[in-house]
Amino acid sequence: MAQNVFEPWNDPAEKPLIQFKGVTKRFGEFVAIDNQTFDIYEREFFALLGPSGCGKTTMMRMLAGFETPTEGTILLGGQDMAPIPPNKRAINMMFQSYALFPHLSVWENIAFGLRRDNKPKAEIEARVAEMLKLTRLEQFAKRKPHQISGGQRQRVALARCLAKAPKLLLLDEPMGALDAKLRQATQFELMDIQEKTGTTFVIVTHDQEEAMTVASRVAVMDNGRIIQADTPARIYEMPNSVYVADFIGEVTIIPGKVHRRDKGYDVTFAEGQPTLYSEFDAEFDNGQTGYLALRPEKVAISAERPEGRTNAVQGKIIDIAYLGNLSTYHVVLPNGQKIKAQTANTRRLSRRDFTWEDTVWLSWTDTAAVLLKG
Amino acid sequence: MRRISWFNATSLTLGFAFLYLPMIILIIYSFNESKLVTVWAGFSTKWYGTLMSNQAFLDAALVTAKVALASSSIATVLGTMAALVLVRAGRFYGRTLFSGMIYAPLVMPEVITGLSLLLLFIGIGLDRGVFTIILAHTTFTMCFVSVVVSSRLVTFDRSLEEAALDLGCSPFDAFRLVTLPIIAPAVISGWLLAFTLSLDDLVIASFTAGPSSTTLPIKIWSAVRLGVSPEINALSTIMIGIVAAAVIAASLMTKRASLRQQADERAAVRA
Repeated sequence: MAQNVFEPWNDPAEKPLIQFKGVTKRFGEFVAIDNQTFDIYEREFFALLGPSGCGKTTMMRMLAGFETPTEGTILLGGQDMAPIPPNKRAINMMFQSYALFPHLSVWENIAFGLRRDNKPKAEIEARVAEMLKLTRLEQFAKRKPHQISGGQRQRVALARCLAKAPKLLLLDEPMGALDAKLRQATQFELMDIQEKTGTTFVIVTHDQEEAMTVASRVAVMDNGRIIQADTPARIYEMPNSVYVADFIGEVTIIPGKVHRRDKGYDVTFAEGQPTLYSEFDAEFDNGQTGYLALRPEKVAISAERPEGRTNAVQGKIIDIAYLGNLSTYHVVLPNGQKIKAQTANTRRLSRRDFTWEDTVWLSWTDTAAVLLKG
Repeated sequence: MRRISWFNATSLTLGFAFLYLPMIILIIYSFNESKLVTVWAGFSTKWYGTLMSNQAFLDAALVTAKVALASSSIATVLGTMAALVLVRAGRFYGRTLFSGMIYAPLVMPEVITGLSLLLLFIGIGLDRGVFTIILAHTTFTMCFVSVVVSSRLVTFDRSLEEAALDLGCSPFDAFRLVTLPIIAPAVISGWLLAFTLSLDDLVIASFTAGPSSTTLPIKIWSAVRLGVSPEINALSTIMIGIVAAAVIAASLMTKRASLRQQADERAAVRA
């Protein structure tokens, strides 16, 4: 593999910046974080992704120092963070509400953290000017937070927490308050700034597209646990569980009995239905229940049975989700199993080949599906 | 503009007459030439002159000002602290009891507050004077400050304080540099409320005042018992004037601040 690929988590010589060691956080009876151990490396853009209440915000607040772990330790650069209060940590946080100080101007907001360190005036001025330039806010320096737009406020919040050049920057749903267009532009801006400054970013989000776009690694969380932490591509292509496969993107899950054959497994899922075959590197016992996870874009739809495909089933279209560029066909098999198939709308809508109630063939390659244990 | 109907006009007039007629009569009679309060004998400002040369009234005014300034300032500090704890500390054992105890003096009969303070001061052998009135007024105005400030704190975004801590503030600095400036309007109106309450308190002051420390309300009350003099009318008119000026100034300030905010927001939308 090429040298310039950024994968410190695969390099045993690399020392992690952040280490969670057996961290548990309980609020009364409620377990917010359940015995988590993982590492975050320098210059990483690490995303914590999950539904609300999965513990991702608690994880971030423990890093910032607003919550203390009930059990376990969090290390920053090898140092235990437990005794260090939030104001003494080399970590800054960008709040979901931005938490800009309404009584201070944009300039004063950005200078706030620097002033606390009693830095010389000239140094503060130079640093604030640099931050204003980085976030393209020069002409708004004298404005108050309520005199600027939502997107500008977001950039002020970012500039303010970057100003102190923290070792680690925490972003709590940084784009939650922006509309879709602005959000996309801001995501790329954020990646750009992260690359320029070389800061380690940890972002909390419930938006999977956002996590996939910006992050070097995504940690998918559920009920206080990280289910899988991996690169966006591996999370999507090689989910380790039905939960992850289902959480990220669209997927069809077909449960069935598996039997070893050649380099993969046969999956029998229903009486009267053809046996499916998946070439997938996993350990299953013969007769064990497996879950075939199939991405809709990997399923082809055709009127005739395609030649030379092992995986081909016939069904009826019951629903079509038209997204403009794409259409997702919901096809139901005679046994009631539904399968989603997605095609790009390369032709005009009026020239569409298939419509509701049409009987069609669905097919996919031997390597298209992923076989999961649960 | 909608025309005001005959019925509405009458209601309005009656309502305002009920509220303000006594005060208007008082103000008119303060400019009465005659020594008899109820007989009009022509316009004069001489009672204002005699008031200014009445040393007893001037002394009482000075005591009142001292007491009001000191007690409202102490009450503001204590009331703000109490509000912070009650809003911020979350659920601790006995929280309901504590908040109940903070707000109890709001509904406690003043006679009882005054009497209990009097007994306390006698019990611990504290000589009654300006100091004891300040203590007493602090006690009963503190809860008003606490109510005003805590209603503001409830809507205060905690993440602002967390952001201040995150950027390197000590908890005290976070309060001083972020929380206090933002809740300042509530603290100031709490102070104003405490100040006016102290200014016109008669009952508690008369329990806790000593012979050398008569406040203006006590002075007026005892003077009136000997018969209402036009001098009292003049004094009352001055007090009405001061209070009215303060209220109008405060509302103008609020109005201007909100107008400026709106203008700023419009500017932001255009930008």
